[in-house]
Amino acid sequence: MEYLKVEHLNKKFGDLEVIKDISISVEQGEVVSIIGPSGSGKSTVLRCITMLEKINGGSLYILGEKVCADDKDAGKVVYSDKEKLKKIKKNFGLVFQQFHLFPHFTVLRNVTEAMIHVAGIPKEQAEKEAKEVLSKLGLAEKYDAYPYQLSGGQQQRVSIARALALKPKILFFDEPTSALDPELTVEVLKVIKDLAKQKMTMIIVTHEMEFARQLSDRIIFMEKGVIRQQGTPEELFENPDERVKEFIGKLTM
Amino acid sequence: MNFTVMLAQLAGGMVKSVEIFVLTLLFSLPLGLVIAFGRMTKNGLICNITKIYISIMRGTPLMLQLIVVYFAPYYVFGMRIGSAYRFIAVILAFSLNYAAYFAEIYRSGIQSMPVGQYEAAYILGFSKTQTFTRIIMPQVIKRILPPVTNETITLVKDTSLAFALAEVEMFTTAKQIAAKETTIMPLMVAGVFYFIFNYIVAWTMEYFEKRLDYYR
Ligand SMILES: Nc1ncnc2c1ncn2[C@@H]1O[C@H](COP(=O)(O)OP(=O)(O)O)[C@@H](O)[C@H]1O
Ligand SMILES: [Mg+2]
Repeated sequence: MEYLKVEHLNKKFGDLEVIKDISISVEQGEVVSIIGPSGSGKSTVLRCITMLEKINGGSLYILGEKVCADDKDAGKVVYSDKEKLKKIKKNFGLVFQQFHLFPHFTVLRNVTEAMIHVAGIPKEQAEKEAKEVLSKLGLAEKYDAYPYQLSGGQQQRVSIARALALKPKILFFDEPTSALDPELTVEVLKVIKDLAKQKMTMIIVTHEMEFARQLSDRIIFMEKGVIRQQGTPEELFENPDERVKEFIGKLTM
Repeated sequence: MNFTVMLAQLAGGMVKSVEIFVLTLLFSLPLGLVIAFGRMTKNGLICNITKIYISIMRGTPLMLQLIVVYFAPYYVFGMRIGSAYRFIAVILAFSLNYAAYFAEIYRSGIQSMPVGQYEAAYILGFSKTQTFTRIIMPQVIKRILPPVTNETITLVKDTSLAFALAEVEMFTTAKQIAAKETTIMPLMVAGVFYFIFNYIVAWTMEYFEKRLDYYR
């Protein structure tokens, strides 16, 4: 089943056209990485898909449900009604580069708060499930810690747990390891690899080339708001476009 | 007049000061939040009205505001001003004035919150109200406690301005005794009272700050 469909996505900030006619399709269980130079629009694409930004053109479908689409009569993009968007939103999670944990909550409450007050899971059950997710991610000792007491890698794993606890069908990652030291990067990448093994559908913006190559079913290379090249890791790494080659070269030097 | 009598009279004035203090906080803290929302709304008219309100409240002397509030019913509506209104006018003027200061403190606190907190809450599916009450406000309270403490301490001293409406609080009492007995002793004692009052306020606020020290 097609989990995500983006067609002719266009996004402007004022007069600045940041995303130009991007189309992406992701099937259930697929892992897609988005790579590309800084400022090419990778975050903006994720932010548009996850409804943090309104798009200026194109259409967006998540699990076959329409988020928004170009309306010829209105001459602009029309979004589905609030209730429907709320329902669609339950299907995905987003992991931020800077974690954005809630500093005033313990690790456990960071995970349970939305389970209880958004998903409506009873508190006891939510805590039981949250502890299961946290311990799977190696955070069994940290239920009662506050975010500031954790390393960056631990914080990012909590934020992944927070997203996973709501049982999303799709997980988006925006440079999940870019704020981390190399040795902490490894523990977060391992968590994402495990998710891939469990066939979690994921779209990951990353600069970790080796990781993207091992993990992805498909890699998308973005540049200046367009998709310059996409394909399987083999296609991309063995037969790269000249710009892709240059980019990969720079990173792996 | 012996010392004990003077203390008793001052204590009577002190009760009035404490009343003004407590009632002003009671009304101005929540009213400030309403004004802060008005100031931050996208509605241009409401935003501008609150802006003007805040700048008048902060830009003119509280003593003048007391007098205006006291005489407004007479000059604006032609109503007779009863003596019961005097105390109400004091509380009204103090609350309106302090609400403007608190509004700006709230606003700066709310606007200092990183966007990421809102975005994380949005992605997790929290409603706008939930985001504000569960995620934003608890953190804002921690951030604004120090400036709120400052305002509160200023309020303790400002209660003496109620004399402008002949409301007999502690400082007025001290002045009256001082004039009658030709000694500055009562004023000194009043100073000690204010100091102790503020010491208690500062101690209480510090307690709250410590309570919120469990996270960074
Ligand atoms: N909120 C915004 N307002 C204006 N310009 C923005 C905003 N967000 C991103 N941009 C611009 O859009 C372009 C793409 O940014 P971004 O999606 O963050 O790139 P990437 O994630 O690939 O580094 C950049 O030129 C950036 O300056
Ligand atoms: Mg980015």
